[in-house]
Amino acid sequence: MQANLRVRRFDPEAPEPSARMQDYQIEVPEHFTVLDALIQVREEDDPSLALRCSCRASICGSCAMRVNGQARLACKTRLTAVAPEGETVIIEPMGNQRVVKDLVVDLALFWNKIRAVEPYLQPAGPEPEDEYIASNESMLNLLTPMGCIMCGACVSDCTALEVDENFLGPAALAKAYRFIADPRDGASRERLTTLNEYGGVWDCTRCYMCVEVCPTGVAPMDRIMELRDSVMREIGTTTPGARHIESFARSVARSGWLDETMLAVDSWGRFNLPKLISQAPLGIRALMRGKLPKPWPLHHKRPGAEFVGRIFKRWESNKP
Amino acid sequence: MKYAFYPGCVSRGGTPELYTSTIAIAGKLGIELEEIIGASCTGAGVLQEKGLKLGDTLNARTFAMAERLGLTTILNICSTCQGVMAQANQRLLADADYLAEINKELEPEGLEYTGRVVIKHLAWVIVEEVGLDALKALVTNPLPGLKAAPFYGCYILRPSSALGLDQNPGREQYLERIIEACGAEPVNFPGRLKCCGFPIMLINERNSMKMVADHTISAKEHGADCMVTPCPLCHLNLDGQQPNAAAKAGRKIGVPILHLPQLIGLAMGFSAKELGMHQHIVSTKTIIEKASVRV
Repeated sequence: MQANLRVRRFDPEAPEPSARMQDYQIEVPEHFTVLDALIQVREEDDPSLALRCSCRASICGSCAMRVNGQARLACKTRLTAVAPEGETVIIEPMGNQRVVKDLVVDLALFWNKIRAVEPYLQPAGPEPEDEYIASNESMLNLLTPMGCIMCGACVSDCTALEVDENFLGPAALAKAYRFIADPRDGASRERLTTLNEYGGVWDCTRCYMCVEVCPTGVAPMDRIMELRDSVMREIGTTTPGARHIESFARSVARSGWLDETMLAVDSWGRFNLPKLISQAPLGIRALMRGKLPKPWPLHHKRPGAEFVGRIFKRWESNKP
Repeated sequence: MKYAFYPGCVSRGGTPELYTSTIAIAGKLGIELEEIIGASCTGAGVLQEKGLKLGDTLNARTFAMAERLGLTTILNICSTCQGVMAQANQRLLADADYLAEINKELEPEGLEYTGRVVIKHLAWVIVEEVGLDALKALVTNPLPGLKAAPFYGCYILRPSSALGLDQNPGREQYLERIIEACGAEPVNFPGRLKCCGFPIMLINERNSMKMVADHTISAKEHGADCMVTPCPLCHLNLDGQQPNAAAKAGRKIGVPILHLPQLIGLAMGFSAKELGMHQHIVSTKTIIEKASVRV
């Protein structure tokens, strides 16, 4: 079959380096992956094409790149899956990272963030005579984050990192979870304290992009949500993010539905006068257009709200 | 076609024009809506952070209420509600023991979820059940020359397995198809599948405002007259916060953000007032003029 590839090229050694798209039409067998096709281009048509790959079996994580706008392992992506009718496949380097050449990115940002969460066990107390023991059961919930192959796909497509390079990002936070949830680690509280700060767990937008693009099912966002819960239990509700969850829960438990106005007031802090005053113009604009939601105590209860409150009590009092 | 209608919290709060415009177009589309009275918030992904069982029980309660109405399809008008409900339903249906455990919590209210509910967003109902040809037949005021940039909202797209995008990959293009059916022109731009920044608006305002500015400016630079969204939370941020985002970005933006049923309503010839177009933070005057509808 014919494969139509449109590849983003960038040569830093060109007289005036700038990115451009280059088309390749090649004959390939039907079972070819995107990586197979790119390697064929490099070997038979254009030896100047730069890409990174190694195992070709979705184990090493080297060949992550954007295919039709989404980060994927090129070796795990069949051409027929992304271009069933022989459409042009758009192939670009990963996002959120500096492009070195063509499809090769500089992974410094990725690794710096992984290093920042101190990705190694820090046991507390005296060293045991033999090895540190952990039960099978206690390790089960670590299997998912331990499946990370460090490909960088989640970092590539993270929407929070796109606007703020300070965010630790999905891969590093999933890695942090892997150690915080490890019963042998003794530094969980210190780790959670760090993650409670700017750039940590609260800056995730919950957009599910990392869950969608992760080739090994790590689901980093789900791990970040578990970390948020741990932060709230261990450190408390000291941040706007934590107050946001508490206020949300309070209003739904009380009335059955969300009190949007109090959610904003509580998240900023009820006595945070400068912030509340700074948001007054928005409140006035909404009020003038008849769309300022009535806050508590004017926020009415939905029928059956007492049953909703009961569900909250049931699960909140049975938290592990 | 009768549906169990779940308007969500925000169409009854911060974006009342979404509710008004939905009701306006539903009648013409032959969509009969029976509201699920007493349904709770889905949790919006926020309560899920406190534990999935809490969110799943709340949503199972809503599903059971829909079944009690004798209806099997819940119609959402919010991408977030759609996604959160779809994920909850996926978990509940995957494990009979889990469903039984959750149902035990619904007993005091005399409710039981039997697992028959299908959850669909209005956009899906229009394309998959009403049909685009039927929609086109109802377009009495086509919108040629109106360039509309679709903005989906994360939870109607991801995780794709919970939202049936594997079986229905076209769902990632439904807004474009509906915009075309209304006689308008869809505008492709890089932000269409990204996050609007609403979930962190109260947490990291700087980042959230940057997302609003990036997407609205990008849509404008790609030629859009307006953006169209099926998610009221995206609307709250892209419309409500746009003046702040513009101030922070140090430039004018002024991109009107339409709710999906508003765009359809304009193409059906409803007046701007009937669609709540006057309730936006960013003026919709240019769109009302382009659509040539009564004010």
